[in-house]
Amino acid sequence: MAATISKTRQRDKLTSIFIILPSIILVGIFIYGFIGTTIYTSLTDWGKSAGLALNPVKHFIGLGNYKDLFTGFIHSRFRQDVTNTIFYSLFLLAGTLALGLFLAILLDRAVKYEGLFRTIFLYPMSLSFIVTGTIWRWLLSPNGGINLIPTAFGLPKSNFLWISSRTSILTFNWQNLPTILFIPLGLLTLFLTFRNIRKNKMTRGIVYGIITLLLLLYITVLRNIIPPILPFKEKHGLNLATLGIIMAGIWQYSGYTMALYLAGLRGLSESMKEAARLDGANEFQYYWKIAIPNVKPITLSAVIILAHISLKLFDLIYALAGADNINTGHPAINMYLTTFRANQFASGASMAVILFVLAALFIIPYMIHSHRERKY
Amino acid sequence: MMKRRKVLFLALIVSLLTAGSGVFANGTQEKAAAPAAAKANVQQVVLDNKTPGGDLEIFSWWAGDEGPALAALIKVFKANYPGVNVINATITGGSGVNAKAVLKTRMLGGSPPDSFQVHAGQELIGTWVIANRMVDLTPLFKEEGWLKVFPKDLLNLIGTKDGIWSVPVNIHRSNVMWYVPANLKKWGVTAPKSWDEFFTTADKLKAQGIIPLALGQAWTVNHLWESVALGVLGADDYDALWKGKLSWTDPKVVNVWKTMDKVLKYTNKDAASLSWQQATDMVVHGQAAFNIMGDWASGYMSTTLKLTPKKDYGWSPSPGTNGTFIFLADSFGLPVGAKNPDATVAWLKTCGSKKGQDAFNPLKGSISARTDSDLSLYNVYSQSAAKDWASNRIVGSLTHGVVANEGFMNDFSSVMEMFMNNRDAQQAANACQAIAIQNGIGK
Repeated sequence: MAATISKTRQRDKLTSIFIILPSIILVGIFIYGFIGTTIYTSLTDWGKSAGLALNPVKHFIGLGNYKDLFTGFIHSRFRQDVTNTIFYSLFLLAGTLALGLFLAILLDRAVKYEGLFRTIFLYPMSLSFIVTGTIWRWLLSPNGGINLIPTAFGLPKSNFLWISSRTSILTFNWQNLPTILFIPLGLLTLFLTFRNIRKNKMTRGIVYGIITLLLLLYITVLRNIIPPILPFKEKHGLNLATLGIIMAGIWQYSGYTMALYLAGLRGLSESMKEAARLDGANEFQYYWKIAIPNVKPITLSAVIILAHISLKLFDLIYALAGADNINTGHPAINMYLTTFRANQFASGASMAVILFVLAALFIIPYMIHSHRERKY
Repeated sequence: MMKRRKVLFLALIVSLLTAGSGVFANGTQEKAAAPAAAKANVQQVVLDNKTPGGDLEIFSWWAGDEGPALAALIKVFKANYPGVNVINATITGGSGVNAKAVLKTRMLGGSPPDSFQVHAGQELIGTWVIANRMVDLTPLFKEEGWLKVFPKDLLNLIGTKDGIWSVPVNIHRSNVMWYVPANLKKWGVTAPKSWDEFFTTADKLKAQGIIPLALGQAWTVNHLWESVALGVLGADDYDALWKGKLSWTDPKVVNVWKTMDKVLKYTNKDAASLSWQQATDMVVHGQAAFNIMGDWASGYMSTTLKLTPKKDYGWSPSPGTNGTFIFLADSFGLPVGAKNPDATVAWLKTCGSKKGQDAFNPLKGSISARTDSDLSLYNVYSQSAAKDWASNRIVGSLTHGVVANEGFMNDFSSVMEMFMNNRDAQQAANACQAIAIQNGIGK
């Protein structure tokens, strides 16, 4: 009896393996195989001369392409693109979360025609980025659209160049980048040092302490001794031309966060709301102290989804500002141009890998987090 | 138990990654000598004068406005070779942005079209010729007598020492300055003949609230740059730049960037969000005085805007470039591995023939690459351009693929955008030197 059960079990196991095998092979080839190829390509010099020959000559050059991107003379554009990406992500996240939450709270308060409003707010999300980009290119053109709004009130027309401004604010010198990055990192390790020591985890505390000291050493002394990562000053910052792209992105995705938050707010029990009321909380206090902390998981998943959308902004920028507009540039566009217009396959592949790693930085902690939650 | 599973999982991912890259990254570790050896066995076109038949796939980005011109050329071809079935494969997108990407995937995938449209010069040479994927057409040029009817400067720019790689169908001029004669009269200025003269003229215009020079988005700035460079350097130094004989950091070249900086001060502020048509419109509507654009602007003004050349709009060579013709050309070639080479050769013969060119170009708004075309078929502007084509010194365009390969062109766009932001002439010159080395200019 026991033998047959284990036999059936074994057969089940075999069947399930066979059923899942094709998708494992396909995923292995078309996802992990291609990721592997791209990583390998990024470590070669493919594209230096006859990149499109039948048997192109490739040499393994290690991390040379990556070094070039961050410190090479001619890749200033890529560095601005990376800076832009950080600002795109920050503003897109802040804007969509704030606006989405605001709209959700408005709709949560049992308004008339709620369904209609929900559809209106959610509608932009059903458009493709290309459509959004084209619409907003018209709206943001220098002599039309948004710039004409003041004229409706008898004011002179605005002259702001939404997508072609060359002004940039919050500029920093790329040579100072390690220092800029190490200061928050140092504060973090300092915090971890003290926390671990207080919790009596001595070894950990000491390791963090040493890291903190090393960072401090770099910031104070080594910075002035080690040659800078760039041989010349290079300014990067928040280009005002990106504001147009950010606006269009927020317009498209705030309806989506609204839907997420609305579902979350509706999921909170009515008794909680009543309990808060009984304790004398007003509407603002209820949302600020009770509702928002309770929809934290929703905020987290919205952050993950929006962060990786901002890493894939290609089509919106392409349609809205054009591929050659360096002020609104994005590594994804640069990667496309470098690979398919300039035939620099290896350099393009290394940009792709950098984007891949950035996306992984968001996704992997999220996956570990949700995996753990499922376990307990 | 947990740990072992984790290790197994990691091992699986690592093996998948390496196996994947092993499968797809083949054909890699060739010896560095391979391309040098390949150069020696260039394939030459075989002219066996068989009557062609079968299918002929012609790959281009001539749809929409340019469709009728291509159709006229195909009509000439069909009259000569009724046995061939022409497949007209067009992929839309200005200056071939989409078509070029599709072409790359088709060539890499081993199914090249029988003939494809490409900008003549380094855009073809730097991408496809050095990859040994084009057939040398020199015998065809000899047999058809094209070595005599095409200008020598042109043949030098579209060929290499190993051969001639494509048949130019049309010629456009890049260094043309457009204006409205009546407006210039009203404002009391004339078309400037040098950049110094331009600056004094521009100050006069600025004082009257007129934008001296209308400019459009990204590539139109590069387009302006080649006119400035030629105007400042002169034809000899301009050519030397692309042959690698003049350094990009030479004071003369730095001076080009300094002049460019000055010129940009006289342009419209919203340039980056305008198309080239909108920039031309500014001149037509009297908001701006001049616009430097290729002579497709003539086609736009005469066909789309219904203006009369010479009366409603006028032109002159861009400042400092009188007697020099910056050309760009669309051309067709024969890729290695084309399925029906006999039909392709027949197609190329039609492309280069007087009859074919004179059918195509009046409709396209360009001029014939041949110096013996029938000028009565062309409009007033084209007649003047054809006269210059036959008599002027000819140099190649950067923005439209004649003098530099695709890698340099792409990087140059980035350098230009950087320059637009920081206006640092020396840094732009240094960056150009770096990208010239990186992309093997002058080798």
